[in-house]
Amino acid sequence: MTSSAMPPAAPAPNPASSLEVPPTGPVTAPLATPAATQAAPGTPMIAIDNVSKWYGDFQVLTNCTTATRKGEVVVVCGPSGSGKSTLIKCVNALEPFQKGQITVDGTQVANRKTNLPKLRSRVGMVFQHFELFPHLTITDNLSLAQRKVLGRGKDEAVAKGLALLERVGLKAHAHKFPGQLSGGQQQRVAIARALAMNPIVMLFDEPTSALDPEMVGEVLDVMVELAREGMTMMVVTHEMGFARKVANRVIFMDKGEIVEDAHKEDFFGSPRSERAQQFLSRILSH
Amino acid sequence: MFADFDFKVILNALPYLFLDGMTFTLTLTALAAVGGVVLGTLIAMMRLSGIPGLPQVAKIYVNFMRSLPLVLVIFWFYFLVPYIGQWLTGAERPIQVGAFSSSLITFTLFEAAYFSEIMRAGIQSIPKGQAAAASALGLTYWQSMGNVILPQAFRNMLPVLLTQTIVLFQDTSLVYVLSITDFLGAASKVAQRDGRLVEMYLFAAVVYFTICFIASLLVRRLQRRVAIIR
Repeated sequence: MTSSAMPPAAPAPNPASSLEVPPTGPVTAPLATPAATQAAPGTPMIAIDNVSKWYGDFQVLTNCTTATRKGEVVVVCGPSGSGKSTLIKCVNALEPFQKGQITVDGTQVANRKTNLPKLRSRVGMVFQHFELFPHLTITDNLSLAQRKVLGRGKDEAVAKGLALLERVGLKAHAHKFPGQLSGGQQQRVAIARALAMNPIVMLFDEPTSALDPEMVGEVLDVMVELAREGMTMMVVTHEMGFARKVANRVIFMDKGEIVEDAHKEDFFGSPRSERAQQFLSRILSH
Repeated sequence: MFADFDFKVILNALPYLFLDGMTFTLTLTALAAVGGVVLGTLIAMMRLSGIPGLPQVAKIYVNFMRSLPLVLVIFWFYFLVPYIGQWLTGAERPIQVGAFSSSLITFTLFEAAYFSEIMRAGIQSIPKGQAAAASALGLTYWQSMGNVILPQAFRNMLPVLLTQTIVLFQDTSLVYVLSITDFLGAASKVAQRDGRLVEMYLFAAVVYFTICFIASLLVRRLQRRVAIIR
């Protein structure tokens, strides 16, 4: 019943071309300009292979296997405590795991020889609670890692940050501190901050769960735009509308296991596992 | 007792009290506070690190220092450090470090234990997600500490750090046991010389009280200004 293997080999189409919406027009510059990757389109950007993780005796992840190909948008959903946040945090080694292997663009995450800061700088991450640095202005939030990690000059880093800030519609707030912005605005800044590093892949850990309902839309809009530009994304979320709109695949997790890993149409049309059916009926009934 | 209270004694002693005594006290306080905060922060980082052994070493150090009376530590350093220096360098005579250096080292090491507990609380007061976000952006441990965690921890803890520094300012008077001319030492020397104990010790108390009281008020005002908006 469970399908933890990769879906059939049909190459993931460019999300933009699979939808009626045309790719970004000539007027607006793209949100993301990912750095060069080794992976050709269609090859796995993130390969999660048989990953298991324990907190003491408690097993939080059990033999998780999946892959996210270049340009693909994968939504990870499931009830709380199912391990989906833990899994996504394993991808950039914010959480260690005891068994299995994760490879990001050909680099083994758990390998002791891997330069983790370097790897992480290429993997953008957006957190549930934004995690902007409250003692720094928005401009400094956007430029800090560019300067310290990528070695960009101050002018270049600030210019890059401001350009992205404009794209998420917050240029007027550049001089403010995070505490002066609303949750939705902070999350958009957090997305811009991650994009400023030219990530090859973006991870979203419940990016809208901590937001007031009326602010969810503005954040999802940015994410949809990003997805349509072809960014490789792994998104932990309960926003099934977002999944329907832009996801290529949906992964359903329960009790630390990947129960379902299917194309969007298959997942929403005819989920194979009972647990996924239950979850969907509960989440979509209202 | 107050019948022949002589303000002139105080007035005459002022240059000596402040130029010699207070200068020493303030210099020692400032240097020991800076040294103590730096060392204390490193100890706090050791204590919170996941590297096996380091937290234990830091914990033993802090508990050891906090279990000893300050006067004893001052004595101990002043009289024993020269011999330790001699033993370490193999010199023929005990290495004289001087009263100022000796007391500075003592206060730095001693206060570091207290400052480290403050900084530990400060670092722990920063949400875990901040460190995760810094790591996720590719910052190394030291970059994350230096740019994200410690600046916030310092801000949060600044009032407590300054309050501890006021305590340190008072504690520096204990160097009188080494016959050092700090402010209290200077007052005490004049008192002995002129036989004016009442004037000098009263005046010393008034000066200590005034400085500490004003400093406390300033700390409280500062507290309201540095709070980070979250």
